[in-house]
Amino acid sequence: MTDTLLIDAREVSVSYGDHRVLHDVSVELRRGEIVTLVGLNGAGKSTLVQVLLGLIEPMHGTVYRRPGLRLGYTPQWVRRDRSMPLTLGDFVRLRRDADPARVDAQLEEVGVRGALNTMLADLSGGEMQRALLARALLTDPELLILDEPLAGVDMLSQSMLYRLIAEVRERSGCGVLLVSHELHVVMAATDRVVCLNHHVCCTGHPRAVAAHPEFVALFGEGLGEVMTLYTHHHDHAHDAHGEPLPVRGTITPEAHSQGPR
Amino acid sequence: MEPFLLRALAGAIAVALAAGPLGCFVVWRRMAYFGAALAHSALLGVLLGLLIGIRVEIGVAFTCIVIALGFTALERHRVLAKDALLGVIAHAALAFGLVALALSHGVNIDLMGYLFGDVLAIGPIDLGVMWVVGALTLVVLRLRWSELLMLTLSEELAAVEGVAVGRMRLLLVLLIALLVAVGMRVVGLLLIVSLLIIPAAAARNLARSPSSMAIIASAIGIFSVGTGLWASWRWDLPAGPAIVIAATGCFVLSPLPARVRAHRVRPEARPEPLA
Repeated sequence: MTDTLLIDAREVSVSYGDHRVLHDVSVELRRGEIVTLVGLNGAGKSTLVQVLLGLIEPMHGTVYRRPGLRLGYTPQWVRRDRSMPLTLGDFVRLRRDADPARVDAQLEEVGVRGALNTMLADLSGGEMQRALLARALLTDPELLILDEPLAGVDMLSQSMLYRLIAEVRERSGCGVLLVSHELHVVMAATDRVVCLNHHVCCTGHPRAVAAHPEFVALFGEGLGEVMTLYTHHHDHAHDAHGEPLPVRGTITPEAHSQGPR
Repeated sequence: MEPFLLRALAGAIAVALAAGPLGCFVVWRRMAYFGAALAHSALLGVLLGLLIGIRVEIGVAFTCIVIALGFTALERHRVLAKDALLGVIAHAALAFGLVALALSHGVNIDLMGYLFGDVLAIGPIDLGVMWVVGALTLVVLRLRWSELLMLTLSEELAAVEGVAVGRMRLLLVLLIALLVAVGMRVVGLLLIVSLLIIPAAAARNLARSPSSMAIIASAIGIFSVGTGLWASWRWDLPAGPAIVIAATGCFVLSPLPARVRAHRVRPEARPEPLA
């Protein structure tokens, strides 16, 4: 098992002044595994991501990173203002350590080659996330760290984007760390959930976590039910071609069972 | 042409050349008010330079850097929004500068010249300083172009891809401080930010990529400097404000080429009128 280990963070603690953001957090990331990091706003998710990326040194604890590890990262937020005339193609080509000849093929793979000459400011949330993913994939990463890739993306694009991430994992065998609020979308193909509230309150298989008392206390009973529903019926979730998908938050078994016609 | 006019033109061109690409970063990173705060503190720098007997440009650049670092330290506390904090710093620095000037009896300076520029009065050494700073700015921006673009798009992503984020941020502050120091002679500390922002804003309407926006901004800056100085000489107008008005004219006209292109396309796209 050790040879698949990419990052191993042990008992990591980080404080800002008196405010302890992370307390004794341990996370392992392995090749071929999709790990989803969940937690409320301000639970320390972004800080943990920065520790794993090596941007913040933890005050206590150790972070092992496999020597020479190739990392792909998509940030939560990119400034894409109308004031900068930057096309999607130019944005992806700004990555200096990548082969520019690969850009077209990579954009084709994630399905945004048609938007090559579109200004960054004019892309939809889903297209922007695909562009970021393409950029991250340019150097064949062994580990993808995706910070809230589904935030600000409409529901249909969310499940397609999520499917794309799962496909990338299948094809390349890379490890994936996904930070997400959209639990009902990501649970289907997640191997392991880490629920963070300054400390790791529970970790394990999605269904086990959904039933864990600390998880229920944080996210409520309803979400656990929704997740279980989706883990059971996940083959339906991707299939809507413009079919009305159930509105998030009001999902009922009846609405879901309409499925593809 | 008179030698003083030639010197003014050459000096102002050096500043406009560097202000083009640097101004693009000020626009992209929303640093306009930050630049204004530095410019308002320049008077303190002028006095510093005169009192200890060094070139005023060095005094101004030094003061700007101190103010910028002070702002960065205060900003971390996040008690006030950025613009409010910058507003406090800008106007406090200008007020301190004016009071310090009144108290320095031995110093006799042309206040209007520092507030609104006196490019027609620059000497050969001033001209040399302007070209050194202008060329240095262009070379540094060219070498660090893609890193600075990544810094502007996402600091986290830039850091992961190996950009020294802290150093690059400091670099931009340093370049802006230096430009304020030399640009003050051209349009004055009250108008210097306009030399950064207006050509870049006009170029935005004409450009299709970040680098073309930078080049067009430089070109618009040079055109404005030429037009402004010509108008100043022809009608005896104050040079600095005339340059800024010329740049503003470019900004107002800059959306036109895109409109004209759109208009040319329209006839075929227009649906047939009903009856």
